[in-house]
Amino acid sequence: MSEPILEVRNLKKYFPIRGLFRTEGYVKAVDGVSFEIMPGETFGLVGESGCGKTTTGRTILRLIEPTDGQIIFQGKDVTKLKGEEMKWFRRKAQIMFQDPYSSLNPRQTVFEIIMEPVRFHGIEVDDPEDFVIRLLESVGLNEMHLYRYPHEFSGGQRQRIALARILALQPEFVVLDEPTSALDVSVQANILNTMKDLQKKHGFTYLFISHDLGVVKYMSHRMGVMYLGKLVEVGPSERIFENPLHPYTKFLLSAIPVPDPELARELKEKRMKVEGEPPSPINPPKGCRFHPRCPFAKAGLCDRQEPPLVEVEKDHYVACWLYAKA
Amino acid sequence: MPEPILEVRDLTVHFYTYAGIVKAIEKVSFDVYRGETFALVGETGCGKSVTSRALTQLIESPGKIVDGKVLYHREDGSTIDLLKLSDEEIRDIRGKEIAYIFQDPHASLDPLYTVGYQIAEAMVVHNTVKDWKEGFRKAVDILRRVLIPDPENRVKNYPHEMSGGMKQRVVIGIGISNNPKILIADEPTTALDVTVQAQILELMNKLKEEYNTTVILITHNMGVVAEMADRVAVMYAGKIVEIGSVEQIFKNPLHPYTQGLLRAVPNPLAKIERLETIPGTVPNLIEPPSGCRFHPRCPRAMEVCRKKVPELKEIEPGHFVACHLY
Repeated sequence: MSEPILEVRNLKKYFPIRGLFRTEGYVKAVDGVSFEIMPGETFGLVGESGCGKTTTGRTILRLIEPTDGQIIFQGKDVTKLKGEEMKWFRRKAQIMFQDPYSSLNPRQTVFEIIMEPVRFHGIEVDDPEDFVIRLLESVGLNEMHLYRYPHEFSGGQRQRIALARILALQPEFVVLDEPTSALDVSVQANILNTMKDLQKKHGFTYLFISHDLGVVKYMSHRMGVMYLGKLVEVGPSERIFENPLHPYTKFLLSAIPVPDPELARELKEKRMKVEGEPPSPINPPKGCRFHPRCPFAKAGLCDRQEPPLVEVEKDHYVACWLYAKA
Repeated sequence: MPEPILEVRDLTVHFYTYAGIVKAIEKVSFDVYRGETFALVGETGCGKSVTSRALTQLIESPGKIVDGKVLYHREDGSTIDLLKLSDEEIRDIRGKEIAYIFQDPHASLDPLYTVGYQIAEAMVVHNTVKDWKEGFRKAVDILRRVLIPDPENRVKNYPHEMSGGMKQRVVIGIGISNNPKILIADEPTTALDVTVQAQILELMNKLKEEYNTTVILITHNMGVVAEMADRVAVMYAGKIVEIGSVEQIFKNPLHPYTQGLLRAVPNPLAKIERLETIPGTVPNLIEPPSGCRFHPRCPRAMEVCRKKVPELKEIEPGHFVACHLY
């Protein structure tokens, strides 16, 4: 078995809530998350808004400084990197954002957008124009687009420009934060396929963050399900969809409307009934964070003690008292 | 034989912009039957929202309803053309007999008034209650009907004191406050998480059954269509390309666009090796393609497709398609 390219250990990010004179509390956006990603694989991170998946992705890249925990990338603890080493990490690990309208500078041409990070990292390029054209071609654009501005492109094309910019730095690890959520399905399918092709060709490792479970299933080899700042289940994507273990995962999967009328109506009848919406991460429930909404919650256990993440079948972990011994 | 409540004929809306005339929808015709859920589906810019708004003249400058008829069969047996009514007459129907639910619950509610006030207002302006006092009393019942816990206290809340799912329930509450005959829901769950979406869809179904309301559902989510709709119209570039029962559309899609759209959706229950895509992008509606508007992207385009606009043709009972292949 090869070494993981990225190891996240007990990662925490608390955002202070500042009152007039003092800190009045913390939003525990990410609260003790651990997982590993193997080279060349796609690890999916799913959950609903506010569960901490985006904060996890950004904290791993140190776009947000972690409150606690370790992030080991290729053997180095990212939280301790400085100077040249940090610059190395900034090149090796890239991110693609959700909103293709705010992630490109409207005053730069495509050529400038792609060349700026290349120059910053001091990467030698013989013929910059030819270099950028070849990058554009590998993401499905062409030399016609070289000197155009972002406003001249559609959302899907802008995400392709963002991909070309990432590709220019030859990174090894890319965080894809809801990269197709702003796009239509036919465009989304195109971009997802391009990202898969690039992974095959360049051996990229992806952390794929999304709220769309169908997309995560299509893209990722393994995945983690987050609820209120915690990972509740981690395992191979196929297995999680076939055999979800955590009640929250079951609830989440049963809530997806499937694009098949007969099946959708049949599944609707069997849909798990869970009341309410996720509580606030400022004062998360004690014990298992899902217990106030969980139909299987055991009083005296789930509301008192936090369940550990245990391996139930090979590589398939769950944090739930139904599967762990107290 | 199901009886139509709405008959839309040749509905055409143009937007007179600085760049030119945007032909947002062109000769759109369909029937909606009493008591059914009729879905209008398509991608961004296909004209589904414009169509739904034009039904009650809800088109603002620079847009204009250029042509068409919207025949509304009232319960008393009379028939009126909604497009021929004066502003005052249509205002009397809109919000009372035909109500809307829009996508963004944050934008649909006024932050300066309590939710109780806003629900009561909908009834007061349509004189369905005798005074504000009765309106407020009824607002509590409505909040109970849309399954908001603790309605007696929640009625005094301002929108910012509620979560997104809660706000959308209030918006639905305003929509159903006057027991409308037709409820037009424009992407009612797009801004919500899947688990909340499932709750809202269930609520809409329940209310629909209780009051035998006709629902026109506008969405881009094929899963939501499969679960909710009785009949479906697929729109592309301002035209309806196919109409049929939900089974016909999903099991036997005829139009190449419908086929491509369905294959581009990552179904979480299926194992997909590679998603199929639709090449190219949505055309510009200032100068739409000649003939069939899909022909530049169509894998089965023929000579005639460039020249002649295909008409909707009935292929099997109730299943219409606008394509030269048939």
